[in-house]
Amino acid sequence: MTAPLHESSADTAVAEPEPAPSGAKKDIEGRSLGRIAWERLKRDKVALIGGAVVLFLVLAAIFAPLITSLIGQSPNERHEDLIDPLFSTPKGSFGGMSGDHLLGVEPVSGRDILARIVYGARVSILVGFLSAFVAVVIGTILGTLAGYFGGWLDTVISRIMDMLLAFPQLLFAISLISVMPNDMLGLTGTGVRLMVMILVIGFFGWPYIGRIVRGQVLSLREREYIEAARSLGAGRRYIIRRELLPNLVAPITVYTTLMIPTNILTEAALSFLGVGVKPPTASWGQMLSNAVEYYESDPMYMIIPGVAIFITVLAFNLFGDGVRDALDPKGTR
Amino acid sequence: MTTKRTSRRRLAAVSALAVGTLLTATACGGNDDDNGGGGDAAGFNAGVNKVANASDKKGGTLRYVGVQDADSWDTTRMYYGFAIDFSRYYSRTLVSYTAAPGQKSIDLKPDLAKSKGKLSDGGKTYTYELKDGLKWEDGKPITSQDIKYGIERQWAQNVLSGGPVYAKDVLDPDGKYKGPYEGGDFKGIETPDEKTIVFHLPKPNGDFEQMLAMPTNAPVRKDMDKKSKYGLKPFSSGPYKFQSYTPNKNLTLVRNKNWSAKTDNLRKALPDKVKLTLLTNADERDKRLINGDADLDLNQRGMDSQGRTTAIKEHKANVDNPQTGFISYVAFPQSVKPFDNIHCRKAAIYGTDHKSVQTARGGPMAGGDLATNMLPPTVPGWDKNDDQYGIAKGSADVAKAKEELKKCGKPNGFKTTLAVRNTDKSDEKSAEAIQASLKKVGINVEIDPFDGAQGSSIVGNPDVVKKKGYGMVLYGWGPDFPSGQGYGVPLWNSKYILDNGNNNYALIDDKKIDSQFADAIADEDPKSAAKKYAEINKEVMKGAYYLPLTYMKVVQWRASHLTNVYSADAFNGWYDMVNIGVKK
Repeated sequence: MTAPLHESSADTAVAEPEPAPSGAKKDIEGRSLGRIAWERLKRDKVALIGGAVVLFLVLAAIFAPLITSLIGQSPNERHEDLIDPLFSTPKGSFGGMSGDHLLGVEPVSGRDILARIVYGARVSILVGFLSAFVAVVIGTILGTLAGYFGGWLDTVISRIMDMLLAFPQLLFAISLISVMPNDMLGLTGTGVRLMVMILVIGFFGWPYIGRIVRGQVLSLREREYIEAARSLGAGRRYIIRRELLPNLVAPITVYTTLMIPTNILTEAALSFLGVGVKPPTASWGQMLSNAVEYYESDPMYMIIPGVAIFITVLAFNLFGDGVRDALDPKGTR
Repeated sequence: MTTKRTSRRRLAAVSALAVGTLLTATACGGNDDDNGGGGDAAGFNAGVNKVANASDKKGGTLRYVGVQDADSWDTTRMYYGFAIDFSRYYSRTLVSYTAAPGQKSIDLKPDLAKSKGKLSDGGKTYTYELKDGLKWEDGKPITSQDIKYGIERQWAQNVLSGGPVYAKDVLDPDGKYKGPYEGGDFKGIETPDEKTIVFHLPKPNGDFEQMLAMPTNAPVRKDMDKKSKYGLKPFSSGPYKFQSYTPNKNLTLVRNKNWSAKTDNLRKALPDKVKLTLLTNADERDKRLINGDADLDLNQRGMDSQGRTTAIKEHKANVDNPQTGFISYVAFPQSVKPFDNIHCRKAAIYGTDHKSVQTARGGPMAGGDLATNMLPPTVPGWDKNDDQYGIAKGSADVAKAKEELKKCGKPNGFKTTLAVRNTDKSDEKSAEAIQASLKKVGINVEIDPFDGAQGSSIVGNPDVVKKKGYGMVLYGWGPDFPSGQGYGVPLWNSKYILDNGNNNYALIDDKKIDSQFADAIADEDPKSAAKKYAEINKEVMKGAYYLPLTYMKVVQWRASHLTNVYSADAFNGWYDMVNIGVKK
């Protein structure tokens, strides 16, 4: 974990990362924490590969329409002529793989699997990132408040966190989504589902960040540099924003990168259970759930979204591990 | 009828568990054509419209396997189709179905009675005389009082809920009688002596005997009535009796020594023992059938996709592909705009690619033929050529759909929501197919899957339907008894628009249809009644209240060593269980 260092020992690692307390950006002779981390990360090949895959996935999700038009397919176009009507599975081997359909087609509808995988990435990435964002915002604010002010506020927030950590979030999400109206806040169908998923996953994720932040703040607020700031007359808001938060960037970054894959898995699980995005919107979990029925007769249909989820989660985790190692000042690399 | 709804529900809930088997399942494609029991299979569709391996040979054990237990084995409380079929092993009724394949089965034959009912008083009085030598499983005679008591039990809905109540509704339309536990004796049924029973109907009903054939009207002996616990060990009047039963696990029937074949020419009762094993996983069920560890699927909902593929590819001679009495359809609730306008409804019918829906339901074998109208083929009066919207040709009629959209005042299309139960995979796939094809004519369909188990309070509640804006409701339906009344009244009669548990999803409130029903119901001649029901069906289709999807078929496994197997319209296309035997 990031152990903030004495502000006096400026020649070793800096106490405050880039945004210096004064707010003025000045060139530091020594290397900033960010640069140290980046240089460490650069040497970590595994993390870099993970990062590259993540970047690729994000780009694929953003440019999904472009990619599908390049391969000449769209995610919802049905090709029933490619389906054997007797068994509902694609004609041909490997789930109907062909020059037109590189990863084959879905059983029953004959929709292009590659196009659906690419579009499915949008849902996964969107939910993964936004729910992590929700968790980080709530977690950081409440964690800082709890850690800094202590007392009854700390007690209340900590108990809430304990409660939420013990909460069966998947069950809650399922029941909440199934009672949600179809139209809400100007959104309909898939929009509502996406929003609810993001909020629910984010809401149940914040205590993880909150606990880390609270612990950090708890130890930081007793440090000499904080006391120095306080004795110089700095207000609470100033201390929190300028002195504390910069030191929290590292742990928050690490936890965020590790939280995203978990969220992606939760989204896949919800979609698998039928409370994810609505048809015909493609999502990996939903594809996997549909594939169960055909695991023997068309195994490719199950393997492809499974591999997509696997690669994504693995890439995020490798990247997250790398970021953690790089940001750890006690790290040896 | 709830049969289909509920049985589908649990079946689907169970198939979600199939994931678990991914880890343990082994491929079964490799085994050769040896299906336990030995011998050659009777051939593809050998049990459809004909008898597979006709035989009178007694003995052996018939092994059923299922993924769903009966709603109750109490004859008063059962509603699932397979339970009604299975109940004939241990219960008899005044009249019952002919032991013959296909359509012939729906002709009623005397069972406990010496002959079919003698009508008098302008069709309002039915008199039956019982056969001699009828005995309960303990050897005591079955009396007309026992039959009366069995029928009376359906009035006690607060204790014995769940079963159909047709006889109750016909005999006591105002619900004055309180049932045998609170109300004593019902005056509408008289038993002048132990062998005679007389029914007094307030109004004639041409299907009254069809209703009497349902197990709800089987005899129950008063001293054996354990009320709500009766379903755990019903007292047998039929050829078999309960030996042991553990709910959701297994059930064993053994011969009832006091049943005499001489009094019963509707039941062959060949095996010495009937065993039922209940599993939780449809995939495992199919594997057991294919590997010869079980003979028949109790639930008879057809094999799952994988089992079906293996069965058809490698053991086609063991496969029957009967027509069921079920139809899948989309109803257009008129309370939801713009479906109050007939032209918008027509646009949706024309705009649907019917072939695509059929493929989504599993193709012509597992899904069934395209439904051209709302009557299923097992219901007398059905006419395939009543195809007012050109559904049989399969593809969507985009030009006509656009034209109707213009007439409806929505030339650019509209948005609507389609409700589909999340417990039925075929339904969900059909919904996506409809969504995709309607998009092409400008109708944007939002699919809203709802909890199938809660159907009666979601799509069955017109207020909820309106509030949620369900312009389309995808569902399935089959007759409770094979007549237009048993099938169509709950769907199309304005009297049956209920606040909860409604099945008239389209909210059809048409004086003409109502009076046509009254006329058809009063008709005592099944043939002319069938014609009248055909007319009602035509009228319903004319109103464009429904988009019929498929006449459902199932892919059924029939073990090679089974004898006397045939599917019967009387049981919605399922096998006549009580007549199946086992080759040793």
